[in-house]
This record gives sequence, C-alpha cells and structure tokens, in this order.
Amino acid sequence: MNGSVQGLSEVLGRTFPFPRRHFLSVLDLNPVDVAGLLDLAEGFVELNRQTSKKLDLLKGRTLINLFFENSTRTQSSFELAAKRLGADTINMSPRSSSIAKGETLIDTAVTLNAMRPDILVVRHGASGAASLLAQKVSCSVINAGDGQHEHPTQALLDALSMRRAFGYIAGLRVAICGDILHSRVARSNVGLLQMMGAEVRLVGPPTLIPAKADRWGVQVFNDLRQGIAGCDVVMMLRLQLERMDGAFAPSPREYFRFWGLDREKLGAAADHVKVMHPGPMNRGVEIDSDVADDLTVSLIQDQVEMGVAARMAVLAALAARLETA
Amino acid sequence: MSPAPDRPLAILNARIVDPASRLDARGALFVRDGVIEAVVTGSDPGAVGADYETLDAGGTLLIPGLVDLRVKTGEPGFETRETLRSAAEAAAAGGVTTFVVQPDTDPVIDEASVVDFIRRRARDSSLVNVLPAGAATQGCLGERMAEIGLMAEAGCVYITDADRPILNSKVMRRVLDYARSFGMLVAHRPADPWLSEGAAATSGEFAGRMGLPSAPPEAEKIMLERDLALVEMTGARLLADQVTTACALESLERGKRRGLPVFASTSINHLTFNEIDIGDYRTFLKFDPPVRGEDDRQAVIEALATGLIDVVVSAHAPAPPEDKRLPYAEATPGAVGLQTLLPALLAFHHEGRIPLIDLIAAVTVRPADLLGLKSGRLARGAPADLVLCDLDAPLVVDPDRLRSRSRNTPFDGRRLQGVVRRTFVAGRTVFED
Repeated sequence: MNGSVQGLSEVLGRTFPFPRRHFLSVLDLNPVDVAGLLDLAEGFVELNRQTSKKLDLLKGRTLINLFFENSTRTQSSFELAAKRLGADTINMSPRSSSIAKGETLIDTAVTLNAMRPDILVVRHGASGAASLLAQKVSCSVINAGDGQHEHPTQALLDALSMRRAFGYIAGLRVAICGDILHSRVARSNVGLLQMMGAEVRLVGPPTLIPAKADRWGVQVFNDLRQGIAGCDVVMMLRLQLERMDGAFAPSPREYFRFWGLDREKLGAAADHVKVMHPGPMNRGVEIDSDVADDLTVSLIQDQVEMGVAARMAVLAALAARLETA
Repeated sequence: MSPAPDRPLAILNARIVDPASRLDARGALFVRDGVIEAVVTGSDPGAVGADYETLDAGGTLLIPGLVDLRVKTGEPGFETRETLRSAAEAAAAGGVTTFVVQPDTDPVIDEASVVDFIRRRARDSSLVNVLPAGAATQGCLGERMAEIGLMAEAGCVYITDADRPILNSKVMRRVLDYARSFGMLVAHRPADPWLSEGAAATSGEFAGRMGLPSAPPEAEKIMLERDLALVEMTGARLLADQVTTACALESLERGKRRGLPVFASTSINHLTFNEIDIGDYRTFLKFDPPVRGEDDRQAVIEALATGLIDVVVSAHAPAPPEDKRLPYAEATPGAVGLQTLLPALLAFHHEGRIPLIDLIAAVTVRPADLLGLKSGRLARGAPADLVLCDLDAPLVVDPDRLRSRSRNTPFDGRRLQGVVRRTFVAGRTVFED
C-alpha cells in the first residue's frame, strides 16, 4: 500500500465506525461526523489523482443506483466512487415503465432489497422518498436527492470544495442564489454549512424563496448585489427553464438581468470570492460563461471532482459500519 | 346480551350529561320501544317496573350517541377501503350512533336512486344510523346542479361536493339559492383551488424545510369570504366544512356577528395535531385540508371553546396501505377517526381546556340540530341512541384493534382517556366493551 492509502486507513480508524446505517439528511450528522467525512474525502482526492485509483474497502459489496429521476452527473459520480472502492454496481432507472405497470416505489425497493444489495443509492422526485425506502429495506440507503428536500452528498462535496479552497468553513460568508424554493441542494447546504459555522444568505426573487425562510437562521435578500456583498462564496443554483415562462419569473432575460451572475455583479462580493454551481448550468440564464469558466474564481470543475471523493467517503463510512454490524 | 327491542330498559346510577338541556347530574334513564321514556335525576330513581331490564352504570358517563357529519366509507365503489358495515362497526365501538356519508363515491351520490341505495344498504347492513349527503353538483364536478330536490325527498340530509370546492361563483350562488328553497343545508369546503393546487402541507417554516408543496392558510380564508358574501346574498344556510386556520376563523366570526346563517365544523385531527407531527414524512398525518401550524391549532381549539366552531367531525377517511405507503406528497389524504373521535375530544376536558358539556355538545346536539334530527339529546321521545363511557379510563390507541377496514390512524400509539363501554342505537346494544 502506498502512503496516501495508509493515511486513509488511519483516518478511517480514528473517526469511524460511522454511527448511522443510512445517509439521508445532513440534519442526521453532527460536526464531528462531517469533519471526519471531509478528512476521509481529502484522502480520496489524492487517491483519485493517482494512476492506480482502486481500493478494496467495498470488495464484495453490491451497490444499486436507483434513479427515478434522470441524472447523468450524480449517478456516474456514485458509480465511479463505488467502483474505485471495489464494489459491484448496477444502475436502475425505473421511471415511467414501472409506474405504468402500477408498481410503487416501495414495491420496487423491496424487490431490489431481496437481491441483497449492501447499499441502495436513491434519487426520487418526491420529498421524503429516501427516508420512506430506508424504513422498508434492510440495506443502507443513501439519499441522492429526494424531491425538494435534501441532497446531502452534494452539500458534503460543496463543503469539501470550500474547505480546500479556503482551508476552513467556520466563518465563511456564503450566498446561495436563485431558485431556493425548489432546491434540495439549497436545503442541504443551509443545514450543513450552518452546522459547520458558516454564515449563510439566501438570495432570489420572492417567488423562489420558501415561506418563512428567514426563520431558517439565514439572511434573505431579494437583491443579488446586496445579497452577495462581501461574500466569500457565491453559490448559484440551476433554474429550470419552464419556471421562467411567467410562473416564477417573467422571462429568462429578465431573470438574468436581475439574478443572473455576471462579472459586474460579482464585483459586489469579496475580492477573493469563489463561485460555485451544482450543475448542470443554464449559461446566460443564472450564470454568465465569463464567470463560470474563469478558473481563478470558479470552483465548478472542482465540485465535480470533489463529488467522487465525497461520495467515496460516504460509501467507505457506511461500509465500515457494515463491517462492525 | 342485547335486550330485545320491545323490552324496556332502565340505566341506573349514571352520570348523565345532556348538552341540549345543560344537564350534568347523577340519575337514571328509561328506554321503551327504542325511545327515551324518562330521565330522572337524583340518586333515587323510584321504583323500577318489573318488566324493565336494569343496568347499573356504576357512575359511568351517559351521553347521547355521537352524530358525525363527515364520514367516508368506500361504498359504493371502493369497498377495499371500507364498507358501510365496517364503518358502522367502527362507529358503534366509538360511540357514534349516527353518521353522514359523503357523496364522492362511485357512483357519486348525485341522484335520488343512489340516496335510496345508501339508505337501504345502511338499514339492512348497518348497526347505526347512516345518512347520506347528496352532491351539490352532478358528479361533484362543480358545473351543473345535481337533483337537490329529488335527493331531499329521498332522504339526503345536506348537500355538499365533499372535498371539492365549487370554483364557479355563479354555480355556488345558484346551489345556495336553490337549496334554500328545499330547506337544505349546504356544506362547502373553503379552499382557494389555485393557492391549494397540489398542496400537501401548510406554507411555513416546516413545509419549507421539508420541501413539501404547500398552500398558505389564507387559501381557506379567501374561499370562506366568497362563501360568506354569497350567503349574505342568498340567505341560504351554509356549513363551512372544516375551518382550520386562525385567519379563516376571523372571517367566520365576522359573518356570525352579522347574523348570517353560517355554521362551521372542524376535524378532530386539526384539533389534535400540528405540522410538526408529520415528523419524518408520516403520511397518516396527511389530511385535506392539510395539518396546520400550532398557532392555527390553538386558534381552532379556542374557537371550539367559545362556540365559534359549532361542530367537530371525525373526517373519517379510510385509506389502505397502498394509498398511504407512498412519498408524502403522493399519498392519499385522510385518516380514519370514527373510533377515536370521542376519546380524542375528551382530551380537552382532561386538560381542563374546555368544559365536558361543551365538548359533548359539538358532537351531539349541535350537529343534530343542524340537520333537524331528533337524536343527539337525552329528551323524552328522542331515539334512545346512547353511549356509556368511562370518562377517566386510559387507553393506548392500537391500530390493530380498530374495526375499520383501513387502519390509517394518526393516533397510532397515542395515550387517551375515555373508553366507550356500551353503545345503544334505538335502545339496542350495538357495542359492548
């Protein structure tokens, strides 16, 4: 074994076993869990940059990606993470076909569970779907996005990207901007960043800010420049185009004019600001390519890289618990 | 065990609570030929005739059988959820001796023959009194009026489109106008359809954090305000079906103060639970209207205490596991409630929040008066629909012991006080603990 892998096993031994069977919500975690997962993920970042990327932490384990919603990015990130840890993986996308046959979410999950996988990675369009599954199956469940509720591995990879960029998270001023209402990324990030001591702001048009969001312990802004003023991190969210036909915003061009991030508006943020986006981006709608592609400010490519490492950390943590179960 | 209907019955040594006469006293109650023959207060009922079957209540609470204005079964059309018979068994066990079924069945109760079907099925197969509500519009679609007059003749007790608000104000106006000429009460769900579209929860911090589609409480107020204006225009009697928010209660109070013939119900679920009880997406807490925040719940309790809310309903809505074991937003709303209505309501007595007699009034004489029924009171000549209830006895709600065909109760595992010992319908025992 080489040096970085020994470092990993040391971290694994120091921080874990992970105290939970499932990975459903950032609110199930505590700062010690998060710090441990981030330390572990750092090791995987190094591993992933080597020629030989493969470990056997999950050797013999089976992981099923169960994606009721399409997502090339998250699904391949989980698949790669699992394979690099030595697990066998399969991808299932039981979208319209099973629903047309009348098979429910639970039926599908119970059927898959009977094939004795060790980890089920679930994405579903309804809030609470992953938690519901976790109550009905015997394997570990990872929430890869449930409706408008949570996307905890995204928050973890975002925290990892920030910690690597700044060296710390506590005290960072982070503005999350755009479609907060429909965003599970926003909810998970608010929870995790607050837990780690960051100051979180939400910025967007009032139609896309959830009711009483000011009670989440965040500051809410409707004006982008005011919202990102002095911020260390500006996180832009994807706005689905069908929501800009007059339903939540009048038009894409009006949205870009007021809430799209361009070089000029970014000037309101701190000089050392980093820009993030969970992807996929609507260039020219919520973010200008000029900003997105500027590697001196954009962490967007890093986020994708950190995604694999962060998910490897979660898988390794859950697998370590499986060992001791 | 069950006394023959022709044998008179004397229930002795009971704590008799009759909201209609504001009576709360030790006494005896006599039943002959299915009706109440006499209520005698005091420790000495006098000589009891030899032909009477006597029952010593041992100080147990004796109240009129409950009248529940809002019950769904699955019959006709959805018998896997509940039949009239299984609902009646649950009702009897819960001390409910009369309930009104909603018209949104398959077929919809929107014509006299279906009203007649329900009445005959209920008479043949049921333990308790089952009365149908008729649809206000054909198919409950909110477009064209149903045969309100013919249904009234056939014996429907009020008209309503159940869960579906009538969006078209012109249709609603005509329904109110037309129903008034037949003396029919109209029940209407106050919910603005656009604000409520797709909502599974009430807008606020909780729903926002949980990522649940939600409607603001004002959706209820907006529709209620329209209905109040139409009541003022037409003079028809309106029952606001399940008022559950503080803001709508303000409108209701103003309407009542102006002397409008408007009444309001609320459900036992909205009196008992708040949105935090949803917890980790518990679909048994999904109701329609959605469960509210604690401020709204407190306002509803207060409105019941002051009499602003007239009636409490179980909002019994059976749903089998396949309709509930789903993500929250996709699950069918509704909870069974016939068997838990009384003990859940008594919680407000045990908390010292609302006097016992006022709680009982909201489930007996007030709903009975709204429909012009003789039941719901302990008066000479009234049907001997009675409940003996051990007011202080504790119970833990066990879904497996519910008699409903569906077990979707949000009271699962809840500790309550008040056990129904015996239920009588027209003097016959239909349930005994």
